[in-house]
Amino acid sequence: MGEILRVDNINVYYGSIHAIKDVSFHVNEGEIVTLIGANGAGKTTTMHTISGLMKPKSGDIVYMGQSITKMEAHKIIRLGLAQVPEGRRVFSGLSVQENLEMGAYTRKDGPAAIQQDYEMVFDLLPRLKERRTQQAGTLSGGEQQMLAIGRALMCKPKMLLLDEPSMGLSPLLVKEVFKIIKDINRQGVTVLLVEQNAKMALEIAHRAYVLETGSIKMEGEAHALANNIEVRKAYLGC
Amino acid sequence: MQFLGFLVNGISLGSVYAIIALGYTMVYGIAKMLNFAHGDVIMVGGYVISTCMTSMGMNPLLSVLVGMVACTILGITVERVAYKPLREAPSLAVLITAIGVSYLLQNAALLIFGSATKSFNSVVGVKPITLFDGALTITGEALVTIVVGVVVMIGLTLFVNRTKMGHAMLAVSEDKGAAQLMGIDVNATISLTFAIGSGLAAVAGALLCSSYPSLSPTTGAMPGIKAFVAAVFGGIGSIPGAMLGGILLGIIENLSKAYISTQLSDAIVFGVLIVVLLVKPTGLLGKKISEKV
Repeated sequence: MGEILRVDNINVYYGSIHAIKDVSFHVNEGEIVTLIGANGAGKTTTMHTISGLMKPKSGDIVYMGQSITKMEAHKIIRLGLAQVPEGRRVFSGLSVQENLEMGAYTRKDGPAAIQQDYEMVFDLLPRLKERRTQQAGTLSGGEQQMLAIGRALMCKPKMLLLDEPSMGLSPLLVKEVFKIIKDINRQGVTVLLVEQNAKMALEIAHRAYVLETGSIKMEGEAHALANNIEVRKAYLGC
Repeated sequence: MQFLGFLVNGISLGSVYAIIALGYTMVYGIAKMLNFAHGDVIMVGGYVISTCMTSMGMNPLLSVLVGMVACTILGITVERVAYKPLREAPSLAVLITAIGVSYLLQNAALLIFGSATKSFNSVVGVKPITLFDGALTITGEALVTIVVGVVVMIGLTLFVNRTKMGHAMLAVSEDKGAAQLMGIDVNATISLTFAIGSGLAAVAGALLCSSYPSLSPTTGAMPGIKAFVAAVFGGIGSIPGAMLGGILLGIIENLSKAYISTQLSDAIVFGVLIVVLLVKPTGLLGKKISEKV
């Protein structure tokens, strides 16, 4: 299994605030890699920098052998690198179906193939099927998260960036969302998962990185990190 | 019967306001800015159409088409040159720039065409129709304006609600970042919005100048402000709101001219806006933005 994404020494600033300091990590094809860390550690900034919504001041991001550091966000997704943003950010005025249609915006392989993928998404996320014609803004938080994931899947991604998918969900729904992420990964999609819920994230991930105030503090196999004393104290509360 | 006549003329004027207001509201929805130069695009459209017809002898329909193309190019250019560099700037800077563009267009017209009011030959060739044994006459201009207004409104509604491009516009207006993550080119979408708005402004210019056959560098100013009022009245950012606001405004203006006072009609129009905003600050069809977290 080769490397699909390499983040190489990136530095990202918000105005004068140095949010990401010399961060480097990589993701192999087929893996689930998680980036855990507290609020404000720079997890979302890292995600936005990969997906092109933010630009690093220095460093390089290489996706499938190609540098995407200077590429615009709307072009990066065409390479099969999709992001489920923090806080879902579904289009609340559009229906569930129309949101999925927006997910397929870049597809050029014809309505039949897209139709097939609607069915694939509805199979994976059956709740959405019942709500097909409903406005996304009227969905519950859990349903919106499902929609955000389904929408990202509609572009047939090779790699999925998931930013805090468990945020604001009940424990039961969190379990469901994590099960879905595992299912997606099993179907061959590489996953980079950013989470505050370190326990759940470490359970499903293969490898993990710990991000603290903009720098990578630790890295390793997920189950090894889950047993690490420092990680247990700081992020697992035990 | 007289009332019916006033009403029809009001709807006709309102259709023009609605077409202009659509440009305002779409640009506001997508680019989150008030393009105060929008009214002056109407005037530019008027001059282009008038020049095509009188100096170059083109037929009216072709002239309107040329006017639309010219205004579309103007709209895209203004956006690229004046507004795009300010995408990240505070909204006040953008607003002032838009006012600057408005004066620039007015003064450019003043330089090129002079300050004298020109007469405008109607682009409408439809004969007036007489109803109820001559009790009610509707001019061809009013008729054509209403028909064009309806066609534009239906067309735009279908475009926005039924096409992928239209949905992409709605997505951009809601959340630019998320739209980019879908692969939507936000800059291209903003350009498209300015193109549609400005093309429609040319149509509005043709209809307005045909009904009120005069043209001067400030021709677009007042209808522009009125259409802005219409857009806010209906709920800025809302496409059906702009249509409803425009038509209601036209009717209110015409009826108050007919039954209350010609001088006071503008004051009444703006007064209605104040009342609506006091009672329903989001406008008639404006939505309160609510998000689930």
